[in-house]
Amino acid sequence: MHPVVPYVTAALLFGLGVYGVLRRRNAVLLLMSVELMLNAVNLVLVTADATARAALPATGQVFALFVIVIAAAEVGVGLALVLQLYRLHRNIAVDTVALDDGSLDDEPVGVG
Amino acid sequence: MTTADVLLFGLGAVAVGAGLLVVTTKHVVRAGLWLVVTLGATAGLYLVLTAELVAWVQVLLYVGAVVVLLLFAVMLTRAPIGVSYDLDRPGWPALLVGAGSGLGLGALLVDAYRWSTVDLPATGSAERLGTEIFRSWVLPFEVLSVLLLAALVGAIIVSRPDIGERR
Repeated sequence: MHPVVPYVTAALLFGLGVYGVLRRRNAVLLLMSVELMLNAVNLVLVTADATARAALPATGQVFALFVIVIAAAEVGVGLALVLQLYRLHRNIAVDTVALDDGSLDDEPVGVG
Repeated sequence: MTTADVLLFGLGAVAVGAGLLVVTTKHVVRAGLWLVVTLGATAGLYLVLTAELVAWVQVLLYVGAVVVLLLFAVMLTRAPIGVSYDLDRPGWPALLVGAGSGLGLGALLVDAYRWSTVDLPATGSAERLGTEIFRSWVLPFEVLSVLLLAALVGAIIVSRPDIGERR
């Protein structure tokens, strides 16, 4: 088994994920690109577990499982935020979100 | 080139090709479906790399749960079914950074590993991984369960407008 094949696959997947995060405007597609990047990292962990002999056996695979769990939590919270954004703005294009939106408008800024 | 190499190469090509379609397609729904292909091919890569349990967890959790969640979000945000042309921002910076990081990491790994050969270890079965998790990684495991609970509560609070409102 040549370890360079899955490693290069993972590197290309990570590059595609970075490209997608920077290119896409739709927030759901952005989350999909983040999933691609996490998947590439998992592939590196599993390949490293199969190729390097670590002190603890199967550590890379355990870490890959942990990353999968964190990705599930991340996508749950992320989609809740995206749906809330859609409810407020009827639009989920990430470059139309005003960064100082809302919270300052309903409070007087300079009191006194 | 052994059987494992051929399988790794083929599945890797499928994963990268489908990943390219995920970030370039004009259909929002099709991006989700190509993501299924990418994640499935990666599960196949895990199987070849002897990570049996990780492969099935990937199929269950990623292909099953995460993609279904993403498709639900696509539906709930009323994404258009057909082609939509406003999905992308101008591409040159993204292309530069994406290709730079992907090809840079690829070149680094190629330089590090060349064409060396490694024997595959014993299969990472559920028994072996379970032993390892509950022997060496108990504390991260428990912390992750707390993280999942926090994410659950956070998602509920964020998506329900009637709790946590400042009035």
